[in-house]
Amino acid sequence: MCGIGGFLAKHAPLAQGEGLLARMTGALHHRGPDASGTSLIRGRDIAQIGLAHTRLSIVGLEDGAQPMVHGETFGEDDRLTISFNGEIFNFVELRAEMEARGRRFRTGSDTEVLLQLYDEMGLDCLEKLNGDFAFALWDAREQRLVLARDRMGVRPLYHTLHDGVFAFASEVKALFALPGFAPQPDPIALDQIFTLWAPIAPRTPFAGVSELPPGHCLVVDAQGMREHAYWQLSFPDHADAARDADPARVAEGVACLLTDATRIRLRADVPVGAYLSGGFDSSLTSALAAREVPDLHTFSVTFDSPEHDESAEQQAMVAALGTRHASVNCGEREIAQAFAEMLAHAERPVIRTAPTPLFLLSRLVRDKGFKVVLTGEGADEVFAGYDIFKEAGLRRFCARQPGSRLRPQLFRRLYPYLPGLQKQSPEYLAAFFGAGADDPADPLFSHGPRLRGTAAAKLFFSGDLRARIGDYDAREEMAASLPGDFARWHPLHQAQYLETRFLLPGYILSSQGDRMAMAHGVEGRFPFLDHRVVEQAASIPPGLKLKGLREKHILREAFGDLLPHDIAQRTKQPYRAPDSAAFAGAHAQELRDAALSPDALAATGLFNSGAVAKLAAKVARGGVSGFRDNAAFIGVLSTQIWHARFIGEAGMRNQAAA
Amino acid sequence: MADTIETALRSFITENFLFGDDSRTIAGTDSLIQNELMDSTGILELVAYLEDHFGISVADEDIVPDNLDSIDRITAYVAR
Repeated sequence: MCGIGGFLAKHAPLAQGEGLLARMTGALHHRGPDASGTSLIRGRDIAQIGLAHTRLSIVGLEDGAQPMVHGETFGEDDRLTISFNGEIFNFVELRAEMEARGRRFRTGSDTEVLLQLYDEMGLDCLEKLNGDFAFALWDAREQRLVLARDRMGVRPLYHTLHDGVFAFASEVKALFALPGFAPQPDPIALDQIFTLWAPIAPRTPFAGVSELPPGHCLVVDAQGMREHAYWQLSFPDHADAARDADPARVAEGVACLLTDATRIRLRADVPVGAYLSGGFDSSLTSALAAREVPDLHTFSVTFDSPEHDESAEQQAMVAALGTRHASVNCGEREIAQAFAEMLAHAERPVIRTAPTPLFLLSRLVRDKGFKVVLTGEGADEVFAGYDIFKEAGLRRFCARQPGSRLRPQLFRRLYPYLPGLQKQSPEYLAAFFGAGADDPADPLFSHGPRLRGTAAAKLFFSGDLRARIGDYDAREEMAASLPGDFARWHPLHQAQYLETRFLLPGYILSSQGDRMAMAHGVEGRFPFLDHRVVEQAASIPPGLKLKGLREKHILREAFGDLLPHDIAQRTKQPYRAPDSAAFAGAHAQELRDAALSPDALAATGLFNSGAVAKLAAKVARGGVSGFRDNAAFIGVLSTQIWHARFIGEAGMRNQAAA
Repeated sequence: MADTIETALRSFITENFLFGDDSRTIAGTDSLIQNELMDSTGILELVAYLEDHFGISVADEDIVPDNLDSIDRITAYVAR
């Protein structure tokens, strides 16, 4: 796990190529504190290629240095040079297959396996990889630069074209090493964040900077740039999906594959720990890991606020598994204090504080001497654990009998942790969830209330920002990008697709995942996001995943015996952290004043300062309780801090320009 | 009477749910929920306001969209 960066200068070598690469490795030091390396290569059709790498040593500690070359003894025009971030978990099997074909390896690293597999198969090698990766490979034979990213979007990769130079990096901050690079905020990306919680790839919050979408490959050569998807998430047609399947056999298949997915994710030359939140998913990954790893170390966040805290469940699992556990407590003060630093790593506005505790958690992991952790992330997308799936089902159930006073009462059972909802009349419950008004044929039906509730926070956008966004509609773009057969899928599968394709890479794996873990040089590994598990789960009948209101039913069937009964049967508690409440009171006054003063708001010009002042005053008095106002406050605050860090007068933009 | 109620209501809604942003025009018949003016917390704030400001008592069974989901409906409900 590492940081990568580099550039391709088509017409003439850069005068300061080495300096540029050095600045890139400097910006990515946190991702790879163990070593760094750079390569400057003269091409035949391309004037110059630069590759940079910062290394977090996990596999092949002694001989895995990068950028790595295959064909050192060949002529310069035959070499393959790679800068690789991530892990190929099935490198052991791939290597054995290749050795059987007569290939010999110089190192014990997965990087060399990837290089040699590319040497054999070219771009088709991507389909053989089981891993979380982002890499840049200069293929001197074909005179092309190949960028690729893992299927689910675990590892990041950004690129830009600046002054005729194509540049790429694991994080946008490394692109600021380009002389004169000074991107503006992208107003459409802000609209997307304030609707969907994340930009729609390839768009990023920085105008002119793109993200290579998950499961995609980008080839850059003298002819130009060509991008294609080598993998796409898909589901069977509704009629096929509902077919009878033997639940016991399905559960057995799930158990078998997830066990293997966990096993190969324990491959490392350093100790692997595990996150343990107290919920079902991380309890399961920890339990599976504990079978393989004696003396497993687990890590968790605890909260001051009882509504967020799960320490009792964490302790129950620690006792059941006998792990060596460490936790970090996260109160409102800690969230406020770490918020700006969290944003420096997330590199984008967020509408929730939830990344911050994970930022603090990875620091704990690092302090305890660990570089790798397993997590339960992905189970809710892949096996249908989120409340939004149940909510969508209930909304369809209500829509079939408009005016029913009984059916909407079920919404209360869905959200026992939201006190505001418990007091509502059935009529209001139905209205809030659009249970009569939303069209069940709308492809975004499942996410209607969330998208509406978040988009309402755009109330705080300035007139100027609204004018620049014009009549653009993020929901329309999302709907337009859906696969052709989407309409034929079961409604649960449609909802799962929206979560897995948009929110998972756009928010969960980036803002809460990779960027928070790598802030402290920690690599997260996700057994539930093994593409074999994802593909198998997609083929499981919807009723075995969400059975009535029982989420992740088939997983509980498959692994119930492995966990204490209470944990195995526990209803999901969504991972949340105190939002606006963290910024109420005196401890956050300085931060509020700096980010939300009339001058600071005028400097970005993105928000209506009168309305923000009233919102901030309400927060200062004790926080706001509604979904929209919390999303708005965190969204405005984070955008302001993000802007100051990267764009504004003292931001990276002007440092780069200087 | 109805005019006074409506004026007070509009001012409450603008101040409380729109944070003073008066650039949006709200028709008397506009659904407060469908137009994202109010969520599940907002409705409780609205009821508290009606009770405090107009000195009425809102029974639980009256807290339904038919009575409270637009400025016209709230005005009629309070005037009743």
